[in-house]
Amino acid sequence: MPNYRIHKTEYIDETKRVSFKYDGKTYFGYEGDTLASALLANGIHLVGRSFKYHRPRGIVSCGAEEPNAICQIGSKKDLTEPNARATELELYEGLEASSQNCWPNVKFDIGGINNFISPLIPAGFYYKTFMWPKSFWKKVYEPLIRLSAGLGKSPTEPDPDIYDHKYVHYDVLVIGGGVSGIIAAKMAAKNNLKTLLVDDKKILGGSTIYQNNESFKIDDKLSSEWLKNEIQEIKKLSNLTIKTRTSIAAYHGYNFLLAKENLTDHLPEEKKKNKIRQRLWKIRAKKVVIATGSIERPLVFNNNDRPGILLSNSINKYLDYYGVTCGENIILFTNNDSAYETSISLHKKGIKNIIVDLRKSASSELIKQAESLGIKIYFNHVVTNTFGYRKINSLEIMKLSEDGNTTVGNKIRLSCDCLGMSGGWTPMVHMHTQSGGKLDFRDEDQVFLPKENSEDQISVGSCNGDFDLENIIDKTVNKINKFLDIDNQDYQETNIICSKENDKRNIWLLPNKIPLGKTKCFIDFQNDSTAKDIKLALKEGFRSIEHVKRYTTTGMATDQGKLSNMHALGIIADTAGVKMGTLGTTTFRPPFTPLTFGTLVGRNVGKFFEVVRKTSMHEWHVENNAEFENVSQWKRPWYYAKNGENMHDAVQRESKAARDSAGILDASTLGKIDIQGTDASEFLNRVYTNAWSKLAIGKCRYGLMLNEDGMVYDDGVTTRISENHYLMTTTTGGAANVLSKLEDYLQTEWPELDVYLTSVTDHYSTASICGPNSKKILNKLFPNLDLSDENFPHMSFKEDKLENINCRIMRISFTGELSYEINIESKYGNSLWKMCIEAGKEFNLTPYGTETMHLLRAEKGFIIVGQDTDGTMTPSDLQMDWIVSKKKYDFIGKRSLYRSDTIREDRKQLVGLLTDDPKEILEEGAQIVSDIKSKPIDMLGHVTSSYFSPNLNKSIALAVVRSGKTMKGQKLIIPMENKNINVTVSDTIFLDKENKRLNA
Amino acid sequence: MFLINCPFCGERDQSEFSSGGEAHIVRPKQPTELSDDEWAEYLFMRKNIKGIQFERWNHVHGCRKWFNVVRDTSNDKILSVYKMGEKPPVNYK
Ligand SMILES: [Zn+2]
Repeated sequence: MPNYRIHKTEYIDETKRVSFKYDGKTYFGYEGDTLASALLANGIHLVGRSFKYHRPRGIVSCGAEEPNAICQIGSKKDLTEPNARATELELYEGLEASSQNCWPNVKFDIGGINNFISPLIPAGFYYKTFMWPKSFWKKVYEPLIRLSAGLGKSPTEPDPDIYDHKYVHYDVLVIGGGVSGIIAAKMAAKNNLKTLLVDDKKILGGSTIYQNNESFKIDDKLSSEWLKNEIQEIKKLSNLTIKTRTSIAAYHGYNFLLAKENLTDHLPEEKKKNKIRQRLWKIRAKKVVIATGSIERPLVFNNNDRPGILLSNSINKYLDYYGVTCGENIILFTNNDSAYETSISLHKKGIKNIIVDLRKSASSELIKQAESLGIKIYFNHVVTNTFGYRKINSLEIMKLSEDGNTTVGNKIRLSCDCLGMSGGWTPMVHMHTQSGGKLDFRDEDQVFLPKENSEDQISVGSCNGDFDLENIIDKTVNKINKFLDIDNQDYQETNIICSKENDKRNIWLLPNKIPLGKTKCFIDFQNDSTAKDIKLALKEGFRSIEHVKRYTTTGMATDQGKLSNMHALGIIADTAGVKMGTLGTTTFRPPFTPLTFGTLVGRNVGKFFEVVRKTSMHEWHVENNAEFENVSQWKRPWYYAKNGENMHDAVQRESKAARDSAGILDASTLGKIDIQGTDASEFLNRVYTNAWSKLAIGKCRYGLMLNEDGMVYDDGVTTRISENHYLMTTTTGGAANVLSKLEDYLQTEWPELDVYLTSVTDHYSTASICGPNSKKILNKLFPNLDLSDENFPHMSFKEDKLENINCRIMRISFTGELSYEINIESKYGNSLWKMCIEAGKEFNLTPYGTETMHLLRAEKGFIIVGQDTDGTMTPSDLQMDWIVSKKKYDFIGKRSLYRSDTIREDRKQLVGLLTDDPKEILEEGAQIVSDIKSKPIDMLGHVTSSYFSPNLNKSIALAVVRSGKTMKGQKLIIPMENKNINVTVSDTIFLDKENKRLNA
Repeated sequence: MFLINCPFCGERDQSEFSSGGEAHIVRPKQPTELSDDEWAEYLFMRKNIKGIQFERWNHVHGCRKWFNVVRDTSNDKILSVYKMGEKPPVNYK
């Protein structure tokens, strides 16, 4: 096996050999490696296939910007993870990874065919090609694209890992632990500011930490040695917290940032167990220093995507940090000085290399150094083509014309096994723009730079466009002193020597003799879009960068265009003949690198996903075989299955028992609002549609609450407990919103009213007993209470004691039966319930759930707000005009009841429906029509509630139908998938229209 | 994520609050005397300004008090908070 690890470095522990599997084959690397560095050490460049053309692709970079080396980690159904970047993945014993974009395997060229039909796959190819025929999309195109594009596989089972969230507050947050970040953190912490320094890598130091060129010295030391000292210094500062392997995912307003800390991803399987995998830090910082550095730009030329073509600085990092060379015969293609550092480093390690430089000449210290070492430099030359299928083996260069627009002279063919490219540097302004910062454009080296506009946030170092070391340190020190309003003198005497770049030449799309249409000049490696695609989009009329981006899919892959966005912009600007700075950029959206769902969710999984509210009778329901229904956060008994009954049978039995003898419902979840104050009656007058002033003490009344737009919002029974004291009930789901709404009106519109609102929903438990025998059961529980209709009529309220415990008893009914609701302090709820059950035994008192409750009220035509209404129903639409007071001057929503729209007669209105076949049960939500012959079919409305009534022995339904009020007796049709159901419009009340049962 | 200075509790995270839209829209005292258009003006029409906007906020997971906020919607800076019933600060008019 070849070994490209050619020297020792302090970052690779060669005593700790690590075995890992890549595409099923076992390899070895060392502790300190990333998957990418270990693969390169094994001579592996080819790591995937491109998205559209299935071209072989290799590792390009050494960081978060990596577009090609994207892999799937592991294969377990619950733990496998897609879209991991090999360049960021720390190697550990037992790591299993596979290349993601290469079905069936990386060496097999199935989709390579796309490469030859590529003239057929231009920009907008997905929009154009796969639009037609429509039926082909789901069955043919999509599976094919997905298969050959290898978008990675999601885990199919729940994530067993533990994730955590933590809130922290700091005076200063420093993002990025390179030279400028370390200086900023030290200055802040030494000035007694509580400081947090985060860096996404395993160790601090950025790219300076492996810098070993004599042209860069600080206080007579190599810059890397000087920086190591600084790192030792800051580790001693008690005010400073350092978090490595931590990346900022999002920068929100008011200096609120989310950071992801990797805790176990770099550990072998057995050491990961029972540990928190990742922690999401929620950081509030008074001040934020952004020191996120910059990333190297590729160059755009024909066939710039072959394996073995990397960013020049990445070649340098693999060599000096990991001890790995990317080739043995390397060509560096550049337009700036930084590739010369790579060249000199390679030269020192004995790696043969030459330089192709776009610039006509250059004269810095670095260039002199390279020249004196005898490194061959082709100035004013451009790479025009590369060769080699699975790996580069040679390339062609040509001389550039004076203006740089064309090539001149003869082709020169050079052999190589690796090409490093450097198109300059792009400051990482993501954090700055995410925080709301704007950008300026610097023409000189074509970079977008942060525009300083905030007292709370600043960018320093190369993310601010300061590229040479002296500039970085001096400017960082000055800016931080000013930003933090301190006077730190630590760096006053620091002596910096560095090579200064004097010459620049930038060409976004490099010239070529071959027509553009016949070239493959890749801009976005991950989404396979080329310079040709951008030009085509412009030709077709796209102008805005946001549109070009979407049409060509440039910058829309998982790397979010970190390497491609600037080139796309540059080519658009050049083609359109405008200044790049005037185009603006696309939006930099969080997260900077992909986040797992687990990290975002943290501990809120399983039973912690949502608050669960249980009534005090819950245990009894569980013991008695209740199936539960979620009603907002509450668990409510849905039905009680007896002796293996199914739901239908249980509901039929419960419903019949409630009407034949007695039923009992846990009604504790209904919202309860205690209303007190001298203006309580007036308040109710204003919030309900009906009148409340004359309600006698000890009486109850049903109320309908509207929104200001006249639509029904909530309903419930309110009881007058004393002169200035009411107890309001609301729907279970509406309780919180109703309280908020009432508070809003009290605080903002009617502050003069003397009214106090208290939510007492959880304070009382409620057992509701209904049925012809309910009075007898009540009598057993409260023998001293006079239950006669004279003393305790329907819609009235009494207080009595149950074994010394005070109970509030309301004679109110949601079923149409004689019915009592007993309220007791919640801690006695379970006892109350059990005593009711015991007392009801001889009367076959049957516990029933929400389904039976819904059925019983539907028989009576009582609405459920939220089921029979949907925020577009007025009281009149519900045929409830009787509850709207004509006398009251005003109440919430009154004026809206006679807007031109609300008085339309063809609004959807609540009606009853009876099926021609009484056994046929309609589906809730089913559409209602009158004529199925004329197309398009006119939809009249839909079914809102539907049940089989055991008490009427037929199917009943409520529905909202256009002009329904006038349609009684009319035949309508419910078209279903395989049949049409005939129905007749009826009254909404199906049972006991005379309300005889209330007083049975 | 804003930090909002509740006039009753002090500075708290935005997640404790809910927004109630434009402030200083007074519910008409005599709705019945308004035309459909006038009522619609009150009911539906909101300014949604880019720039300095007066808003209502509720400290719903705190003291449950409603109060007013002056916010520059172009940069989300909260310039002032004041209680219900108080006059908006004149310097932002
Ligand atoms: Zn508060």
